[in-house]
Amino acid sequence: MSLSDLHADMTEPRRAPRTIPDRLTSPLRRNLLGWESLLLIVGIAIFILNAFASPYFLSAWSLSDATFNFTEKAMIAFAMALLIVAGEIDLSVASIIALASTAMGAAATAGAGTPVLVLIGLGTGLLCGAFNGTLVTRLGLPSIVVTIGTMSLFRGISYIVLGDGAYRGYPTSFQWFGQGYVFWVISFEFVLFAVLAVIFGLLLHKTNFGRAVYAVGNNPTAALFSGIRVARVKMTLFLLTGLMSGVAAICLTARLGSTRPSIALGMELEVVTMVVLGGVSILGGAGSIPGVVIAAFVLGLVTFGLGLLNVPGIVMSIFTGALLIGVIALPRLIAKWRR
Amino acid sequence: MTQTDQSRGAALRVLELDGIVKTFPGVKALDGVNLSLRAGEVTALVGENGAGKSTIVKILTGIYQPDGGEILLDGASIRFPDADAAARAGVTAIHQETVLFEELTVAENIFIGHAPRGRFGMIDWAAMRKRATEILRSIGAEIDAEVKLADLGIASRHLVAIARALSVDARVVIMDEPTAALSHKEIEELFALVDMLKSQGKAILFISHKFDEIFRLADRYTVFRDGQFVGEGKIGDVTHDDLVKMMVGRAVDQVFPKRSPVIGAPVLTVAGYSHPTEFEDINFTLRSGEILGFYGLVGAGRSEFMQSLIGITKPSKGVVRIDDRVRVIRSPAAAIDEGIVYVPEDRGKQGAITQLPIFQNVTLPSLGKTSRHGFTRMAEEFALARTYCERLDLRAASLDTTVGSLSGGNQQKVVIAKWLATQPRVIILDEPTKGIDIGSKAAVHDFMAELAGAGLAVIMVSSEIPEILGMSDRVIVMREGRIVAELEGDEMSPEVLVRHAAGIEEQLEAAQ
Repeated sequence: MSLSDLHADMTEPRRAPRTIPDRLTSPLRRNLLGWESLLLIVGIAIFILNAFASPYFLSAWSLSDATFNFTEKAMIAFAMALLIVAGEIDLSVASIIALASTAMGAAATAGAGTPVLVLIGLGTGLLCGAFNGTLVTRLGLPSIVVTIGTMSLFRGISYIVLGDGAYRGYPTSFQWFGQGYVFWVISFEFVLFAVLAVIFGLLLHKTNFGRAVYAVGNNPTAALFSGIRVARVKMTLFLLTGLMSGVAAICLTARLGSTRPSIALGMELEVVTMVVLGGVSILGGAGSIPGVVIAAFVLGLVTFGLGLLNVPGIVMSIFTGALLIGVIALPRLIAKWRR
Repeated sequence: MTQTDQSRGAALRVLELDGIVKTFPGVKALDGVNLSLRAGEVTALVGENGAGKSTIVKILTGIYQPDGGEILLDGASIRFPDADAAARAGVTAIHQETVLFEELTVAENIFIGHAPRGRFGMIDWAAMRKRATEILRSIGAEIDAEVKLADLGIASRHLVAIARALSVDARVVIMDEPTAALSHKEIEELFALVDMLKSQGKAILFISHKFDEIFRLADRYTVFRDGQFVGEGKIGDVTHDDLVKMMVGRAVDQVFPKRSPVIGAPVLTVAGYSHPTEFEDINFTLRSGEILGFYGLVGAGRSEFMQSLIGITKPSKGVVRIDDRVRVIRSPAAAIDEGIVYVPEDRGKQGAITQLPIFQNVTLPSLGKTSRHGFTRMAEEFALARTYCERLDLRAASLDTTVGSLSGGNQQKVVIAKWLATQPRVIILDEPTKGIDIGSKAAVHDFMAELAGAGLAVIMVSSEIPEILGMSDRVIVMREGRIVAELEGDEMSPEVLVRHAAGIEEQLEAAQ
């Protein structure tokens, strides 16, 4: 028998093999019992609470406004979810927004048009991602250390450029990215959020690249031995996260209509909160995009609902913190009680 | 032997193991072994890889609990429920890679766990430093008790470990391959220390693969084979050959598949392959239909060399030819493209992604085949995985169960299935049956024979002599990163393998 025969023969069953079933539980049933379902129930509960707490909540425009609380963060959270599944993290995302926004502001002041501004925003994001990725993959540095460093570095550049000042002169057409509506109450940002959710969901769950992300996050050594180009996967994810930070920078800058160096300050933690609340393991290797999507809605509804009730921002952050710890701790507590 | 001699011998026996049994799932690591350590004597524990030496060390130091048998200290039965109990009984071990605390000072390392206390139970630092310096001086070690361990070399760390043994007033000192990483001069210094410990009446258990050391240091020997006690006696009463015979035993009682190899054209030729530290000047040719065995002791550089073949570690020199064409393989991905795959020894770390389901493990290196335009196709993946898993007679509830939930033998089948699914021309199996049950072992052996019969070129790295002899058409023996022998046909005998692997043959040549 020749080698090609052997490989061909492999596909011919012999020796009356016992057939191993593909799966015992259907994926649908597994999902119904999963984290995402729990989160969805929490989300619905918060929605109902909000509806009772404030008479202004249940109107199309107010719900539309509510989406702005999470759309920009969620865009970054999708890429961040992949990065965390792969066992890395990027804490510099909010600073990338600051730097990208500053670059766009400088260009707008010099008279650049909207297409150029968009390219500058995306380009700055990609460059920052490339910088992070190079330090992590080439020098083998831990990403948490690298990106804490670049978090100060990127925003530091914005402070040097802007000081106490601000950029304001953005073209009206540019502002559409943050303030425009595609149809009735459906904003451009919300449409973008939905499209990106689908793209990232397909990327993580339906492609070879997504499979490689899970492999790298669970066991980078075995992934490498299996022919996965681990460094390339990680580099791609840092580039994606940088790019999505650039996208968020465009939307946020357009919505605010101005750039200060303190723009998006502290947003990296809200993004990581969203990812972790969505069921992504902070240790890497597990998590899903649908989970992150639901987490985005939950966090958006909580902050918006509390805003309607005139709860101050500081107290709001206490609520989000408690929600995160509560939802994360609940399954473990239940498991403990059952034992 | 007279009555007085016997009682004297009994009095000298500090620690005895009597009929110790230790089983792990699917494997009997120790099957009723005996060992006795006497005051003021060095006992060498000799045995092949897998004979049970490390297990016995772990039992002596309280890390493992024996499933049967008895430990006797000064003739009285005793149990070591944990490492601390063993230490309090005066048993201390100096390991292959000494386990100490790099960020602590030498004095802290010596006294950790039993530091001298002053008022209010606070550590008496001055007393600790003074005692540490005294102990270090007593063993002739020129080491400052105040420096961090991280600043010391391996040899000095061994001295610190010995000083620690002395500080707890150990009666039994276990040295597990203590010379593995030492230079000649350092080894001599260590030997002088062993002599000193002997003269202080310590009972010493010396584990080494190096025969020259055993015959230089030991007073007595004990031989284990496959977890069984083979014999003991005075070292003066035996020769190198006697020990080798005891180590490898007689008949091979495992059954290996009968093969009539049809050896074809050279597939893989390696010339002058070298690495700065791991291996040097490796040359061989592998032909299709052949099973080429790589034998050697643990640390002989076999795995490191194999991993460099698939682009994990970079060689400093050397050429690889595939079908007579020079190929440079820089990554495992490139190796897969060339048709060379490596089934690693460490299943959990390198072989399988235990958290992921079986089918995803199998298809990982073959995703290109089961996908379309980069999108995975579940049905194709299940089909590919099922084909190979069933062929290897995998026992699993479903292809969707995680690899981590399978037994060792079935995990190994998944890993082999994963590599075969890439349709390779050369398969390198590193310790393919290590730690798996007999049934899975036979399945893996049968499958290897079948693969070679179909024209695949197979390299098998193994430290098990019966497996090497039972499966290989040809055997290459490596020692300290070099090929020391290439054996074929009648030359392949257990004795010859061990002599080459342990360096006895080379010593004889040097002496002539």
